[in-house]
Amino acid sequence: MNNKSLPYLLLLPATLFLAVFFVYPFAQIAVQAFTAEQGFTLQHFDKMATNWKFWPSFWNTIILAAIVVPLQLVMALAMASIVAKLKTGRNSILYVFTIPLGLSDLAAGIIWLAIFEQSGFLSSMLVGLGVVDRPVLFLGYQNLWVIFIAVILAELWRATAIVMVILVSGMGLIPKEYYEAAEVFGAGPWKRFLKVTLPMLRPSLQTALILRTIAAFEVFAVVVALGGTSLPVLVGQTYDWQFNLRDSGGAAATALVILAISIAATLVFLRLLRTPRGATP
Amino acid sequence: MTEARSVDVPRPVSDITAAGRFLFVAGVVLLCAWVLVPIYLLLVNTLSSPQEVTGFPKTGLPSFNLGSLQFFAQFAGVGAALWNSVLVAVLTMILSIGIGAPAGYALSRFDFPGKGAFRMLVLMTRAFPLPLLALPIAVMFIRVGLDDTPIGLALVHTTLAIPFAVLITFSIFSGIPLELEEAAWTLGCNRLQAFHKVVLPLVLPGITASAIFAFTISWNEVFAASVLTVQNRTLTAFLLQSLNVSPLHLRFAGGAALVVPALVFIFAVRKYLFAMWGIANR
Amino acid sequence: MAEIVVKNVAKSFGAFQALHSIDLTIADQEFMVLLGASGCGKTTLLRIIAGLESPSQGEVWIGGRRVDQLPPRQRGISMVFQNYAVFPHLTVFENIAFGLRMKKLPQAEVRDRVERTAELMHIEQLLQRYSGQLSGGQRQRVAVARALAMEPDVILMDEPLSNLDALLRLEMRAELKGVLAGSKTTTIYVTHDQVEAMSLADRISVMNGGRIVQAASPVEVYRNPAARFVGSFIGNPPMNFIAATSDGDGRYRVAGLDLDGPAAAGPRLEFAIRPEDMTVAPGGLRAAVRVVEPLGAHTLVTCEVDGAVFRAVLDSDLRIAPGDELSLVPKPDRIRWFDPETSSAVPVAS
Ligand SMILES: Nc1ncnc2c1ncn2[C@@H]1O[C@H](COP(=O)(O)OP(=O)(O)O)[C@@H](O)[C@H]1O
Ligand SMILES: [Mg+2]
Repeated sequence: MNNKSLPYLLLLPATLFLAVFFVYPFAQIAVQAFTAEQGFTLQHFDKMATNWKFWPSFWNTIILAAIVVPLQLVMALAMASIVAKLKTGRNSILYVFTIPLGLSDLAAGIIWLAIFEQSGFLSSMLVGLGVVDRPVLFLGYQNLWVIFIAVILAELWRATAIVMVILVSGMGLIPKEYYEAAEVFGAGPWKRFLKVTLPMLRPSLQTALILRTIAAFEVFAVVVALGGTSLPVLVGQTYDWQFNLRDSGGAAATALVILAISIAATLVFLRLLRTPRGATP
Repeated sequence: MTEARSVDVPRPVSDITAAGRFLFVAGVVLLCAWVLVPIYLLLVNTLSSPQEVTGFPKTGLPSFNLGSLQFFAQFAGVGAALWNSVLVAVLTMILSIGIGAPAGYALSRFDFPGKGAFRMLVLMTRAFPLPLLALPIAVMFIRVGLDDTPIGLALVHTTLAIPFAVLITFSIFSGIPLELEEAAWTLGCNRLQAFHKVVLPLVLPGITASAIFAFTISWNEVFAASVLTVQNRTLTAFLLQSLNVSPLHLRFAGGAALVVPALVFIFAVRKYLFAMWGIANR
Repeated sequence: MAEIVVKNVAKSFGAFQALHSIDLTIADQEFMVLLGASGCGKTTLLRIIAGLESPSQGEVWIGGRRVDQLPPRQRGISMVFQNYAVFPHLTVFENIAFGLRMKKLPQAEVRDRVERTAELMHIEQLLQRYSGQLSGGQRQRVAVARALAMEPDVILMDEPLSNLDALLRLEMRAELKGVLAGSKTTTIYVTHDQVEAMSLADRISVMNGGRIVQAASPVEVYRNPAARFVGSFIGNPPMNFIAATSDGDGRYRVAGLDLDGPAAAGPRLEFAIRPEDMTVAPGGLRAAVRVVEPLGAHTLVTCEVDGAVFRAVLDSDLRIAPGDELSLVPKPDRIRWFDPETSSAVPVAS
């Protein structure tokens, strides 16, 4: 059964599709960001960087990712370790933990809006507890840091699940004997986690970090749902350039900035968490 | 001596385990509450009257008033947006499995020059903020007349879903021993017959799960949907666009309309989530 | 009539050559066993005959038809796989009927044949079960029944018993032998277990490093190894070898002993003897006993002769202890000689 052309035939649709809808558009973004009527130019980047919202949106995006991703990693590790220890009800609890995986960032934003809006559940609770005596406007532009916290909570709430799923699957691939060996040599639970689980999870950690960091750089709908335009982020800027300012050069330039930090983050994680050759079980 | 001995006296083991057990259970309960309570609160708002939604203070209990939902259902454009969301998601599901599954099968069954390059192409898509593709594609679509159409948006969503479809179906096909297919060949099947009679029945549940996963990706996508649709808004695009102009109860009912189907999807694919990621990782 | 002829078949996987120019003829209705250590190319050769792998060169003929370009379904073969490959989504009945339905046989005949082969393999009680509800041994029976029901010219089996536990393996081995003897098919059976090979085969092909070293009857392979490898691979414990130098006139000096050897051979040969082909008597090889292992009927004695390990299987009545010095006399008609350059056997001209 040696049909040499069959695999290529099977790959052809996907390859063509990715060429037309992935490679080509990205080439176009790149071209568009660097060209104007007179040919090569940096004017789009110039324009983009001098827009007063660019640097706030840049730093907001980076800082959000820098806070959210590590926290998610810690939470996901805790959740995955708990799941690994569970005997009864493992499946139900796993299902509960994975629910947010199926939710959009927009839905997450709206959900946390129900909590943080002025007449929302947080205000109600604080009044009920007597901490404040009237509803608080949490998400006003005067309280940028509250919007920030709300976005972080919503992102933690929504996107920790994917990290956990990746880590749980990764833990499932670690042979039990390693733990038993570590235990025989006197390692307690914490030592076993540090010396066995973490190093063996390296490939899963890498996947999870890359996936999550890139997604964090794309944060958009949560921010819009919770903060409107008060808290600018990079994807929101791209959207603004395209639709409000009707300038696709500026949009392309901003998109390239997102792409650049995404690739930079990917390379960092690939290097930082690379598995030495032959060190796989 | 005596001191050392008193230190050496072990605490009753049951004490430690009981305390640890309590902490553990408390942690599990807390984490479940962390996931479930926000969804519950959204549903409370959805099942309250518009007045209650904007009212203060909130009780945290639903009044089971369908006012918000009725308002949402009758709001101009909601029905069309829901229909568009479903249509785009179904198209995405068909396209991404139709295109992704053959590739997943080829990766799991053949060794051939160029395999590594293709895998690289698929993995590379992960390093790119894919929704931004919508910008140049919008221009492309205007030229070919696909702008503001469900199929156009479905094509972009398929780009988002294909890497997952390829990797997930790859892992599903890899779970079916080649030996089974070979046995079918020795028993009189050609390749297509063996696939149809042996592989397909075995992978169908898994393929269904990855189809649902593709559906969910499209159902939830916001940015590309907002960029690529104007008249034919999907539910996410519609909600995003009306966020700062629509009343709170419309937003919450809309949020619930996004969340509830997603809960069902995740429930349907729960068994496969881990297997999918376990291998899609590598 | 289904004679199998393999002509000059070779197979490379990239730079690695798994098979080197294999020539092999298997007679109609013969039971041929491919025997060799793991990784020597047995499976590859079997899969080339089945059509699951294509040869890099050479031809395969089955029943007078050249088949190396044909897909498996057109070769008139059935195969029993190492992991059984019982379809998990079908009942035992449907598994056995699978190939018959592909042949579009009438329903009555399908039922008839399935029931007959199921009875032959003693699984008629299991016909409505799924493979998940079967034990390893039962799955094995289903796999064999499925192959037999096809009434093929040729049955190919790749280590079919290697996943069973020892006792079951013994039982299935005897059963397979009986069933296949009655079926009039040509059989190729792959195994790395020499006892299995000995007990089943009409002929054994011993493979090593992608080559067939010897193809002969079990007794021949055991008594007259065609190469040093065969002697050292077959038999437990294996043959003993000692370097020998010519004294001229067909006499050879072996560890201080003078023995008759091949007349027309080079100055250096290798003397070989099986451990059970020696007696303790004066005037033999001087052996220093190192380890003594009583095995019931016999005692396995590991000694040192001429500075090398040398094993003897002796009567357990003899009282031997480590440190003893023995004199071992080889039975003259059981002595074999090998050329150390080519490692092939050198016959004693008679
Ligand atoms: N598809 C393949 N690709 C590369 N090498 C292979 C492949 N199949 C088998 N080999 C190599 O060919 C040699 C013979 O394999 P095989 O025929 O399976 O041996 P056996 O069945 O005797 O244990 C082995 O060294 C194996 O690693
Ligand atoms: Mg083998």
